[in-house]
Amino acid sequence: MYTQALDLPQQNPEGRPPSLAENPAWQAEFDAKIDAGGFIEPKDWMPEAYRKTLVRQISQHAHSEIVGMLPEGNWISRAPTLKRKAILLAKVQDEGGHGLYLYAAAETLGVSRDKLTDALLSGRAKYSSIFNYPTLSWADVGVIGWLVDGAAIMNQIPLCKCSYGPYARAMVRICKEESFHQRQGFDALLQLMQGTEAQREMVQDAVNRWWWPSIMMFGPHDSDSTHTGQNTRWGIKRISNDDLRQKFIDATVKQAEVLGVTLPDPELKWNEQRGHYDFGRIDWEEFWNVVNGHGQCNVDRLAARRKAWDDGAWVREAAMAHADKAARRAQAAA
Amino acid sequence: MTEMAQQTTATSPGHVEYVMRMGDNALILGQRTAEWCGHSPVLEEDMALANMALDLIGQARMLLTHAGRLEGRGRDEDALAFQRNEPAFRNLTLCELPNEDFARTMLRIALFSRFQLLLWERLLSSTDSELAAIAAKSIKEARYHAQHSGDWVVRLGDGTEESHRRAQAALDYLWPYTAEFFIPSAADEAAAEAGVGPLWSTLEADWEAAVRPLLEEAMLSLPAPVPFRSQGKFGRHSEHMGHLLAEMQYLQRIHPGARW
Ligand SMILES: [Fe+2]
Ligand SMILES: [Fe+2]
Repeated sequence: MYTQALDLPQQNPEGRPPSLAENPAWQAEFDAKIDAGGFIEPKDWMPEAYRKTLVRQISQHAHSEIVGMLPEGNWISRAPTLKRKAILLAKVQDEGGHGLYLYAAAETLGVSRDKLTDALLSGRAKYSSIFNYPTLSWADVGVIGWLVDGAAIMNQIPLCKCSYGPYARAMVRICKEESFHQRQGFDALLQLMQGTEAQREMVQDAVNRWWWPSIMMFGPHDSDSTHTGQNTRWGIKRISNDDLRQKFIDATVKQAEVLGVTLPDPELKWNEQRGHYDFGRIDWEEFWNVVNGHGQCNVDRLAARRKAWDDGAWVREAAMAHADKAARRAQAAA
Repeated sequence: MTEMAQQTTATSPGHVEYVMRMGDNALILGQRTAEWCGHSPVLEEDMALANMALDLIGQARMLLTHAGRLEGRGRDEDALAFQRNEPAFRNLTLCELPNEDFARTMLRIALFSRFQLLLWERLLSSTDSELAAIAAKSIKEARYHAQHSGDWVVRLGDGTEESHRRAQAALDYLWPYTAEFFIPSAADEAAAEAGVGPLWSTLEADWEAAVRPLLEEAMLSLPAPVPFRSQGKFGRHSEHMGHLLAEMQYLQRIHPGARW
């Protein structure tokens, strides 16, 4: 129900209080469960640091889904056929649904969706910086499906076995839809590549712009990552950034060949010895600039989310007021 | 909707226009409703508005495909959606008006879906078997649209002072455009004659009977009647239509003949 979803109660009443972190017996029980590859559920005791890490990760993920609606949403009104319009609209709607599942998973950890939304809108919370790049042509929609959803799948498949039950279950659902998105994106690009010269140029231009940001989605090199050790211990992170990135690149090079596009990296070549593709140096300065708010669209994306929230305030208030009045009327009638 | 059931000859030019008009209503309102996706007051409404837009675009695809077949000039759904100019579109003006705010958006869907629902009910027994099949599929969607938008109209009308003021302003703005639904037309005459569908003018009483209780429950007052009659269904549109089409049709227009 809509009004409840806006602010859920904080704590499962049967759950053990998360503040009592220093209980060796509970800690041992928790560790044993993780070691055995079992799931931690909302009612289980968990270390406060584990809970906090999950809240951060799940909410960042949820925010990414929501902000991620904007760049592709930019093309719904201009989709070139009715079929493509319907596919794109359904895809952007799916991303909103992913946001909903993930906020719900975060809520099981005792934070409300309103609080998390506030963290996003105030700029305190992060979201995937890929969505701070602009969508400049119709081909961007296909390339986002192919590369961005593709990279997201690589990142997310290991999370289907993450140690926190509600998060893992949300990821199973989400991954199914993401792979559908990736196929649809690839299919849209195939169609464009069989089209006119102008359409093929559109695709190549989009690939040139999205390739490097896509491989940045896996995050800093393992040697530069914080958190990784503890998160691996907790079963939240199962495969390292660099391994995931390599896996993605190896899979994508072949798909680019099928499409007939050139990936914009002259150093990209098969390394027989490693059994992987070598690739060029990632521009981490650009990555950190965008993460820290200096991409082309950071300001606009956040402004769009704030506008939706602020402009919708009277609607949410009206729904609450009506629910209150209806409840009072029902009580008076009883 | 088997091959067998597909009607491919129009009983008259009015028959084609009748189907095309319904397709245009669904397309243009779907286009408008989709503008909310990613910008709604609450995530659940992003989902619901996208759902309704998807239903409408789906209906538009079936109806325009069918209209194109009936017309027999080789135009498919995309040729009809992306290659016609303003005067060739036959949608009700109501469908093309800007969303403005959530109150106008929901009230428009409430008013239109109640009209569409009456049409779908009658069209279940259309002599045009394809149209009857489309009605059978679409009627469930229109019921959901009527329910969801109606719930919001009541919430907004009853909610806060501001939401009531906005809902009333939306009604004052939209109401004059609803008269267009019932203006008699030659296409209606031809379609009714052949048993394709009802005269839209005959739906007025039933529509009012569906709309009035909703507005009452929402505590909104019916605006006084005005002499103005919008003419979108005859191809004379508002200033908003050209902008809507310029945006919607741009890719097809700048890449003539390209496939997508
Ligand atoms: Fe997603
Ligand atoms: Fe996706």
